[in-house]
Amino acid sequence: MAKLLSALIAGLLFGLGLLLSGMSNPAKVLGFLDVTGRWDPSLALVMAGAIAVAFFAFRRAEGKTHALLGDPLQLPDKSRLTLRLVLGSVLFGIGWGLAGICPGPGLVLAGMALPAGWWFVAAMLLGMLLFRPLSRCLP
Amino acid sequence: MQIAWDSFTPFASLAGGLLIGLAASWLVLMNGRIAGISGMLGGLVDRAGDWPLRLAFVLGLIAAPLAWRGLIGPLPLPQLGTPLPLLLLAGLLVGIGTRLAAGCTSGHGVCGLSRLSPRSLVATLSFMGSAGVTVFVMRHLLGWS
Repeated sequence: MAKLLSALIAGLLFGLGLLLSGMSNPAKVLGFLDVTGRWDPSLALVMAGAIAVAFFAFRRAEGKTHALLGDPLQLPDKSRLTLRLVLGSVLFGIGWGLAGICPGPGLVLAGMALPAGWWFVAAMLLGMLLFRPLSRCLP
Repeated sequence: MQIAWDSFTPFASLAGGLLIGLAASWLVLMNGRIAGISGMLGGLVDRAGDWPLRLAFVLGLIAAPLAWRGLIGPLPLPQLGTPLPLLLLAGLLVGIGTRLAAGCTSGHGVCGLSRLSPRSLVATLSFMGSAGVTVFVMRHLLGWS
């Protein structure tokens, strides 16, 4: 129960951060991605702020085997560079650039009871479902 | 390049970023997990064994607007202008792409870069690059929005 509550709190803090930062406003995200137009650099500060804090937490976590609530630490591989990584990221970026919404803000917009948020999340979940059969055809 | 000073929000964006960093720190130190939203969702779709934890994290994100209204006040209004067919295509690409790349803006962009992961650096440069090109094509070549 404590572990679930902890994950819920992390999700809440993350969502509040997205709302405060402007990441949950698609027009602002598109303004950040529009480097050759009227560029809004705000979102670079979101990333800088987040990394400035998380850097120390991960440095602390890397040396440990277990988290404070007892679960083993699950950290993914850092160095394997694959075609999937690049191809997937490029596809994700095209989707992000089309609507200005990435997965976190999509969930927050859905939580604001906005139909656009629901549609986006529904399509994203469908994409995640389609990934499995598609995955077999890829190197 | 021209900077849109009128919509520049350095303090709110930096503070929001610190909060996101705090959330990622919390999850890795308390639960030992990466705060990657596409990864959490992907595990739910695939019915992974640890789905309750994933669901709790996702529900926290969805409930954030509700918490904001309770704690702070009126929500900042998002501006959405993407027509529905394009929005659906965007969602589909985000779903497939993030699973293929095993991460999105949070997992690779925030957590991975914080861990100085070369893999996440390549991912972040790739999605930032393709997103920038997409916006350029949409706005300046096709003249949309």
